[in-house]
Amino acid sequence: MQDQSPILEVDRLNTTFHRNGRPLPALRDVSFSVARGEVLGLVGESGSGKSVTLRSIIGLARRYGEVTGQILWQGRDLLPMPDRALRQVQGREIAMIFQEPMTSLNPLLTVGLQLEETLQSHTDLPRAARRDRAVEMLDLVGIPSAAQRLKDYPHQFSGGMRQRVMIAIALAANPKLLLADEPTTALDVTIQAQILDLILRLADEMDMGVVLVTHDLGVVAQTCDNVAVMYAGRIVEQGPVRDVLREPRHPYTVGLMRSVPENLPPRTPLYSVPGTPPGLDALPPGCAFAPRCAACIQPCQQDRPGLSLIADGRQVACFNPVTKAEGNAA
Amino acid sequence: MTTVMQIRDLHLRFPLGRSLMDHVKGRPGRVVQALNGVSLDLIQGETLGVVGESGCGKSTLARCIVRLYPPSEGSILFEGQDVFAGDARADRSYNRRVQMMFQDPYSSLNPRMTTGQILAEALSVHQMRPEPEIPARVSELLELVRLPQDAQHRLPHEFSGGQRQRIAIARALAVEPEVLIADELVSALDVSVQAQVVNLLLDLQRDLGLTILFVAHDLRLVRHVSNRVAVIYLGRIVEIGDSETLFSAPAHPYSQALLSAAPSLNPDNRGNATRLEGELPSPLNMPSGCPFHVRCPHASDICKSTIPALTPFEGCGEVACHHVEEINAHA
Ligand SMILES: Nc1ncnc2c1ncn2[C@@H]1O[C@H](COP(=O)(O)OP(=O)(O)OP(=O)(O)O)[C@@H](O)[C@H]1O
Ligand SMILES: Nc1ncnc2c1ncn2[C@@H]1O[C@H](COP(=O)(O)OP(=O)(O)OP(=O)(O)O)[C@@H](O)[C@H]1O
Ligand code: SF4
Ligand code: SF4
Ligand SMILES: [Mg+2]
Ligand SMILES: [Mg+2]
Repeated sequence: MQDQSPILEVDRLNTTFHRNGRPLPALRDVSFSVARGEVLGLVGESGSGKSVTLRSIIGLARRYGEVTGQILWQGRDLLPMPDRALRQVQGREIAMIFQEPMTSLNPLLTVGLQLEETLQSHTDLPRAARRDRAVEMLDLVGIPSAAQRLKDYPHQFSGGMRQRVMIAIALAANPKLLLADEPTTALDVTIQAQILDLILRLADEMDMGVVLVTHDLGVVAQTCDNVAVMYAGRIVEQGPVRDVLREPRHPYTVGLMRSVPENLPPRTPLYSVPGTPPGLDALPPGCAFAPRCAACIQPCQQDRPGLSLIADGRQVACFNPVTKAEGNAA
Repeated sequence: MTTVMQIRDLHLRFPLGRSLMDHVKGRPGRVVQALNGVSLDLIQGETLGVVGESGCGKSTLARCIVRLYPPSEGSILFEGQDVFAGDARADRSYNRRVQMMFQDPYSSLNPRMTTGQILAEALSVHQMRPEPEIPARVSELLELVRLPQDAQHRLPHEFSGGQRQRIAIARALAVEPEVLIADELVSALDVSVQAQVVNLLLDLQRDLGLTILFVAHDLRLVRHVSNRVAVIYLGRIVEIGDSETLFSAPAHPYSQALLSAAPSLNPDNRGNATRLEGELPSPLNMPSGCPFHVRCPHASDICKSTIPALTPFEGCGEVACHHVEEINAHA
């Protein structure tokens, strides 16, 4: 079970990229915390900043962008930390599963060697134990004939198997926090269920905190304790999974849930939030969702709604949040 | 009903080479049996959904269709022509008419080319438009996949995963294909963008008569877009039939297990999904008989020794299971 003390506290995280000398505000005032054993879901529009959030936490975004705010890891701020100290934390304490497994696995090294390297740099296991652990990890993530496949190269695995190898590498050193970017998108539902069970078990037994980026609302429903919805670089809604999925309050969240193809006649058009998200170099002055929002009212175009508490543990950034009755009618 | 593509008894084996242990023990090298006799027809204008466990051979099948992998055995006929036969091999128009969209768009987009260049290249290589009309067509394509016009001047790494996926879609559509092989096309997209792409595919199919092979893990989505669905297990089709029928009443024990594992949208159903038990199958050591027998709750002796053939089953499509009648009689 989770205890309440947060291990990760992200406070007013702002990440800015630059293109042709113009700033691109990829993240604005993103704040959230993760308790021991908690699984926090991060969902939102493609391009809304979910991956950048994880990359900022693990110290990758600062290599090509400007990152400000606070990222408190067990009380220490990771942002001002020099690269060397940060590398100690990464991998050993905080592990990340990247969205595109093929680009984060080294194509020239066998899968076994890559697992082995992780174990060598992030654990104190002796050599023989490392090999056993490598096989054990591949086995845990459901790679058939695990021991026989240590000597194979990434291209010899299927897309989903590569993703599982990434997961095995990330979990090999028993991290305290797992940042998982779409970890199961390339997996079929049976393996997905197995991987999510594994992550949940580690969260539970090892008190590992998890930030899980996914666009599968079914996965959110089945695994997360809390969920944060992002739009155009900001968190627009946040709260316990049950409440947010049952009664979404932000118009974007409502739109997202309506897009899920369920109980619809086959091959009919699906609902999709009208319009496109704004470019980062052309964010509207008020609410970023205003140009696409059916509930848009007077202040929305000029003023930006802040994230505010609307009920126990629930926050919404909206001047005209959807009520339950409207949500059902929509 | 015109059949555009006939796939017959397709086998594909990947040799993995011999390990040191193999040499010591005098064993032959290991072989991944990725496809083990896949036969199917693609009908003009249909969407055929393909589902199955990760590693069961879906991408391999897709890659055979676009001739990236020559099969070890079997044939693929396109408009009656064997696409691997000598003269057909040389026919470049096949490469345009049958387009594949890859599972991992990042590795298939040139990181040093801007989106505009990527699209313009596809248009000029296949001579889709005279040179002066290319810029206008590029804009049109971006609009089609709902990317902003300024995307033209940006490099792949400057986009989010979902945006990159749309670049890959635009590139495939640029050459106006007749058959689209979509391998996990929308898996990286959020549900709202997913919905846009699905609507786009449905429109293109209606307007252009596009034939689509739709490989995906999202069962809700496959159910929604497909006319027919094929369920693959260890490189074999174990069930194929009308999408609605298959999803509402799957007949093969593996299809039943697969469909029941789809995560429910209701947080209160947590932990209710049935989990497939038993040792995971490996294409390195194919089980004898029915490939599913090691995990199947209905397995009997015959299942361990004899491979069940894909045969029509009343009220469903075709099913490869010795006990399909008993199993579905109680349902
Ligand atoms: N290195 C970079 N330089 C410039 N802009 C970038 C860079 N990396 C990301 N971006 C931009 O930052 C925004 C957020 O990207 P991010 O990858 O976090 O999206 P995401 O929410 O993970 O989307 P998806 O669901 O599609 O993966 C996007 O608009 C993207 O184009
Ligand atoms: N180039 C290759 N060399 C050796 N083995 C390969 C190669 N490509 C694929 N395989 C093997 O063939 C089998 C089928 O792989 P394939 O990529 O077709 O699976 P898939 O059904 O697409 O899975 P996923 O859903 O994970 O993408 C796997 O066991 C994989 O390891
Ligand atoms: S603040 Fe206004 S425009 Fe923004 S989501 Fe709420 S109602 Fe819509
Ligand atoms: S043939 Fe036998 S083992 Fe295979 S699915 Fe049918 S009952 Fe199960
Ligand atoms: Mg992302
Ligand atoms: Mg695949």
